[in-house]
Amino acid sequence: MAKKTMFEKIWDNHVIHQEEGKPSVIYIDLQLVHEVTSPQAFEGLRLSGRKVRRPDLTFATMDHNVPTKDRFNITDPISKQQIDTLTQNCQDFGVKLYGLDSLDQGVVHVMGPELGLTHPGKTIVCGDSHTSTHGAFGALAFGIGTSEVEHVMATQCLQQSKAKTMEVRFHGKRKPGVTAKDLILGVIAQYGTDFATGYVIEYRGEAITSLTMEERMTVCNMSIEAGARAGLIAPDETTFNYLRGREYAPANFDEAVAEWSKLVTDEGAEFDTVVDFDVDSLIPQVTWGTSPGMGTDITSVVPNPADMATENERKAAEKALEYMDLKPGTPMTEIEIDYVFIGSCTNGRIEDLRAAAEIARGYKVSEKVTAIVVPGSGRVKIQAENEGLDKIFIEAGFEWRDAGCSMCLAMNPDVLVPGQRCASTSNRNFEGRQGRGGRTHLVSPAMAVAAAINGRFTDVRDWEIKEPVLS
Amino acid sequence: MEPFKQLTGIVAPVDRVNVDTDAIIPKQFLKRIERSGFGQFLFYEWRFHENGDINADFEPNKPRYEGASVLISRANFGCGSSREHAPWAILDYGYKVIIAPSYADIFFNNCFKNGILPIKLSEEQVEDLFQRTAQHEGYKLHVDLESKTLSDDYGLKLSFDIDEHRRQFLLQGLDDIGLTLQHEDKITAYEQKHAARLGQKA
Repeated sequence: MAKKTMFEKIWDNHVIHQEEGKPSVIYIDLQLVHEVTSPQAFEGLRLSGRKVRRPDLTFATMDHNVPTKDRFNITDPISKQQIDTLTQNCQDFGVKLYGLDSLDQGVVHVMGPELGLTHPGKTIVCGDSHTSTHGAFGALAFGIGTSEVEHVMATQCLQQSKAKTMEVRFHGKRKPGVTAKDLILGVIAQYGTDFATGYVIEYRGEAITSLTMEERMTVCNMSIEAGARAGLIAPDETTFNYLRGREYAPANFDEAVAEWSKLVTDEGAEFDTVVDFDVDSLIPQVTWGTSPGMGTDITSVVPNPADMATENERKAAEKALEYMDLKPGTPMTEIEIDYVFIGSCTNGRIEDLRAAAEIARGYKVSEKVTAIVVPGSGRVKIQAENEGLDKIFIEAGFEWRDAGCSMCLAMNPDVLVPGQRCASTSNRNFEGRQGRGGRTHLVSPAMAVAAAINGRFTDVRDWEIKEPVLS
Repeated sequence: MEPFKQLTGIVAPVDRVNVDTDAIIPKQFLKRIERSGFGQFLFYEWRFHENGDINADFEPNKPRYEGASVLISRANFGCGSSREHAPWAILDYGYKVIIAPSYADIFFNNCFKNGILPIKLSEEQVEDLFQRTAQHEGYKLHVDLESKTLSDDYGLKLSFDIDEHRRQFLLQGLDDIGLTLQHEDKITAYEQKHAARLGQKA
């Protein structure tokens, strides 16, 4: 039998129909829905007299617009209308909604795995590019536009051309202070934001298999920042242990594990492309520009656009430095910040908050810095409070908020003002992403806390941990 | 969806790599629940100053590009968020063709769902179009999807590649939900075969 990659196995398991020269029709096992990219899809169903084919495979929450303080008092009438519209649509079409009053409400890509909805081998879509997060379980998960959201609602299928396969092979072991976030930021800094366009990535190597489930989600989350259609990590004991006992884990769990175990890439299967990444020499990363690929080592300096390889890159770097108000040659550790955001579907899970609390404990946030911690879901919030992390943050001078997308994309009241500079654990540093004129530097949670305390970027490897949180 | 066959239109340049969908339509405008009316917010933070005044330095704002329906840009156009509001804004503003060396996957796909033709050309060909656009005021391109060619009034003639299925899709203005539902029997059969994995309802 032909040797297959994990992607090819999952793909083949879901093809409903294929024809030469046309996209395949593939079955979608799970659709996640949020308030921003769904209203026009539901409206399309109404206009064409269609219903949601499988409401039992469709789950909704609200996250982008949700205020992280006083969540029931949404002062922006258009935000409120979007949230109310989702509530009404879910009611009309029989879709399960984890709304503002639900403990499970949260950033959709934090909530789904927490509920146990994300399983190895599933095809998962959502009108959100960071759906790639779910690939951490060995699910083929990708973002789609609103027309396709409607398509999946109506048919439970999608028309898709098969992606090419890419292995990103990690060599070596992470050093202390180097996180999952640094792994993916490092890959994107080295290879750029479009090196994986048209591909589904499989992340492999000991630096990947040794990650926890939540760390794997951080890596897969930013696959889209590499341009990839999706990112995958092979399911293993770490995956199965995470899923066992969760609300939507399969009832016949052991049988499911046996099936999931068959999904891994066959020995000797060939990828269309292989990319190598050296983990041994990786150190904490910080971005300096307005594209996630514009990143460097914390020990490095702001690059000089004149050194860029191509004319287009030089122009892009010049524009980025102008927007970011940075000068070439400035050490990253001399860049002062005004704001710190800890949260998002990239880094808003309990382990992220523990790692952040570990650095924060016993210190105070710099007087000139505003720092907020936004749990990824209601469950993460409760767990953190049970562990006393909220108190550590509050004592250190962080604001402790409710779950939501918050300042990752600033569609809610959490917005930078023009000129403010933010150390952010989110996934995008585009111009205006966190508010018009706002300047975003992407970092890990530990690096974000260190920056909050010192008021400038700091190499977290030199940090003195006063009272450990992590055992 | 409106079929797309051919178009002759003024070309407007956005000379940047990695134009992301946050730049195409900033998040504060994603709160509408309709598909229409997004054109006024296209490239909002580039088109307008903070006080709401027009930014005269933003190239497409110049009078010479008024009424443009072809947008040219650089590599990795449409990267970032999956928001279909980006092609909605582009179309509503009046652009029906985009030309760039490469596109992000989700954005590229979203264009076809809305009757926008995203054309891929080589870096050199795109650079040539930027130069021609700068050189000739009111520069127009004639785009013909039936023959897969581009031409101008100054002797340029080139062909472009496009997936044949996608070409037909645009030429005929097809409804792809309808196309998928032609396979209703197969979908139902799949659901029955995988009923245990998918839950009880099938």
